[in-house]
Amino acid sequence: MISTLTKGERELAIVILGILACVGLAMAAAGRADPLGAHGWLIIALCVPMIFFVIAGYYTPQPAEERLSQYYDDPSKAGIIAAMVWVVFGLFVGDWVAWQLVYPDLTFDAAWSSFGRIRPVHTTSVIFGFGGNALIATSLHVLQRTSRARLPDQLSPWFVLVGYNLFCLIAVTGYLMGVTQSKEYAEPEWYADIWLVIVWVVYFLIYLRTLARRKEPHIYVANWYYMAFILVVAVLHIVNNIAVPVSFGHAKSYSLFSGVQDAMTQWWYGHNAVAFFLTSGFLGMMYYYLPMRAGRPIFSYRMSIISFWGITFMYMWVGSHHLHYTALPQWVQTLGMTFSLMLLVPSWASAGNALLTLNGAWHKVRDDATLRFMMVAAVFYGLTTFEGSFMAIRPVNALSHYTDWTIGHVHAGALGWVALITFGSIYAVVPWLWKREAMYSGRLVELHFWLALSGTIIYVFAMWNSGIIQGLMWRTYNESGTLAYSFLDSLVAMHPYYIARATGGLLFFLGAVVGFYNIWMTIRTAPAAQVSDVRTDIPVPASAGTPALQPGE
Amino acid sequence: MAIEERDPHTGHATTGHEWNGIKELNTPVPRPVYFFLATTFLFSLFYWVLMPAWPTGVSYTKGLLGIDQRTTVAENLRQAAMERAVWATKIEASDYSVIPADASLMQVVRQTGRTLFGDNCAACHGANAKGGPGFPNLTAGSWLWGGSPEAVAETIRVGVNSTHGDARVAQMPAFGKDQMLPRSDIENVAAFVQSLSNPSIATGPDAGKVAAGRQVFATNCTACHGEAGKGNIEMGAPDLTDTVWIYGGDRQSIMTTLYGGRQGHMPTWEARLSPLDRKILTLYILDLRRRAP
Repeated sequence: MISTLTKGERELAIVILGILACVGLAMAAAGRADPLGAHGWLIIALCVPMIFFVIAGYYTPQPAEERLSQYYDDPSKAGIIAAMVWVVFGLFVGDWVAWQLVYPDLTFDAAWSSFGRIRPVHTTSVIFGFGGNALIATSLHVLQRTSRARLPDQLSPWFVLVGYNLFCLIAVTGYLMGVTQSKEYAEPEWYADIWLVIVWVVYFLIYLRTLARRKEPHIYVANWYYMAFILVVAVLHIVNNIAVPVSFGHAKSYSLFSGVQDAMTQWWYGHNAVAFFLTSGFLGMMYYYLPMRAGRPIFSYRMSIISFWGITFMYMWVGSHHLHYTALPQWVQTLGMTFSLMLLVPSWASAGNALLTLNGAWHKVRDDATLRFMMVAAVFYGLTTFEGSFMAIRPVNALSHYTDWTIGHVHAGALGWVALITFGSIYAVVPWLWKREAMYSGRLVELHFWLALSGTIIYVFAMWNSGIIQGLMWRTYNESGTLAYSFLDSLVAMHPYYIARATGGLLFFLGAVVGFYNIWMTIRTAPAAQVSDVRTDIPVPASAGTPALQPGE
Repeated sequence: MAIEERDPHTGHATTGHEWNGIKELNTPVPRPVYFFLATTFLFSLFYWVLMPAWPTGVSYTKGLLGIDQRTTVAENLRQAAMERAVWATKIEASDYSVIPADASLMQVVRQTGRTLFGDNCAACHGANAKGGPGFPNLTAGSWLWGGSPEAVAETIRVGVNSTHGDARVAQMPAFGKDQMLPRSDIENVAAFVQSLSNPSIATGPDAGKVAAGRQVFATNCTACHGEAGKGNIEMGAPDLTDTVWIYGGDRQSIMTTLYGGRQGHMPTWEARLSPLDRKILTLYILDLRRRAP
């Protein structure tokens, strides 16, 4: 790994790690009596070995000029592995949380394992750990190939990848110690947030610097989506996390916003995290790996335009549908609801564009589980966006809000769409990245597909049932005109569905374990003698005579 | 102009670009997309005209229907209160002795009391009000603070060892931990206490302990629990002669209680439940006990 860095980059890496270690030391000193101090030690414990690692490779020969004739894929490889580690961990914790709802004693009487702490461990691990790493890894892979330009340097992608995983680690370990901002999907405290901003800006700059040197006249759709993802997530993250720490020695901070403004800012953030992290980024993924795997052209460029601008414009408005019938003024709710409805058509145009792209390749969908992952993901994307618009309608929301229906909806999107498109893309890209003929076992891909699909369906149906029963029980009146059921009554009614949900989650988790094993074995097997698809890692000149990449790239 | 490339499968032309082998077709957007896009836009437009929708600086467009969620919810609450007033005023005005005879009012008490109990009391006393370790069974045994409707209502209002100014206050001293009694005395009095509800112990192998414990009891426990161990509702001291126990009636549990003392807690409900709700709960609990098998 160090051998691919130039001498200057190796020096810079040592400097950056040294500064980080010093920051860690300062945190450990200032936060002696606080979880902040523990995070300081964590940073030191990670940075110091990395410094030694870089120093150990410092005198290895510098990379040859030939490197410039090939794309730089090492960070993508590491990102894929990191994503798979996070998903196995995150799904395990998720299923544990699900079983806690069935058997509350599964906290084992410890503070760190209580529901309120490990639920965000689950969400952060799967959304940011798995989803984020997969997005970084695939975006760098797609960016180079669709721009026919190499990444601008070797160090910055590593900085992004390692820095991002450091953020995830600080977040997850913080929750276990009770550190949280109590903002859903924005739980990490101020110091982790500042660090993520630095990492994210570097990520965005990699994108801009690579695109600026692209050899293609046009920017491919996948990159529109990846760019929207990076840019908007930066804006959301910065605004929602504006806060004042109690002191530089404390993890705790207080938000700039309060009351209903805080709620609105949080759900503007929250729903756009769904939009630009969990939708836009993964649409970028889909726009590259689905047509590549299917060997088909994108169905309609014009549909891509309508979908992209529809999604980016409309999503910004819809966050208030999380706050129907609250202290939020009704006019804001109206806008959230109507924009959610208008959002449906661009969303369906995206899903439709993906599915229609498969016309002429449906026989491959039948035979190839990897492509089937992506196809089913597009179907779930369509289902979930329809459901989302439906639930945003105020009277529907009156029933669905605060119930398990919301959980079912989120998981239809998270499992059915996000995870399936990611697994499909990873199964496509792993043989390309590691230069293997195919995955270690096609049958295991097939097994993973069916485990994931059945797990998702069991989960989602359980939560639909449970949510609607809950919603109805909470609004049923007896003839005296008072509520017919207590909250406990509804909880008792949920019990069988909680068992079903945890079982569905278990299947999904087992699928990911199978996937992890399969990817691991693919990496361990010997490379294919003849790499089948050379096109995917060496830039092909547009016309003969021009060199693929210029020196310095 | 470049030669137009067509996709053999669909017959559509490509846009002429290619990214690492990926091409795009220039397929026109299917008409239904425009149709549904226009439909959702038009719906939104109508909705904005009818409902509160767009900000106008310090105010917002109120909508032609004049609907406002605050007035709607106020109206709904008023309606619901009116429907409930039929029986609510009767329950509020009637005496505790009258209501149990009125079948229609008791139906309200049983329906409404059940959910009130489930949402406010069941977490400690259990969904069936039978209590659990540390929490009294409300359907059996003697009352700690009295079983008259007024006494039960007062316990709900002020709570036990709570933050309320008039709270009922009770404490079982920690005879062992605070070194008020030697261990042998505690063992003896535990045997005696157990014999109150289980006379066979007094004639069994522990007969000696029971006899010795009787003395300890007389000097240390009777002030609260009474000469006969029947308890005292003035001090919230439980009856030790029945078989209903809050903290367990086996020897070890009694020893634990004697050693470490007890100080149960029940919150005050005065600020959280209306007088009507508390009255319904009182009637509901007494009705539960009346009907308990």
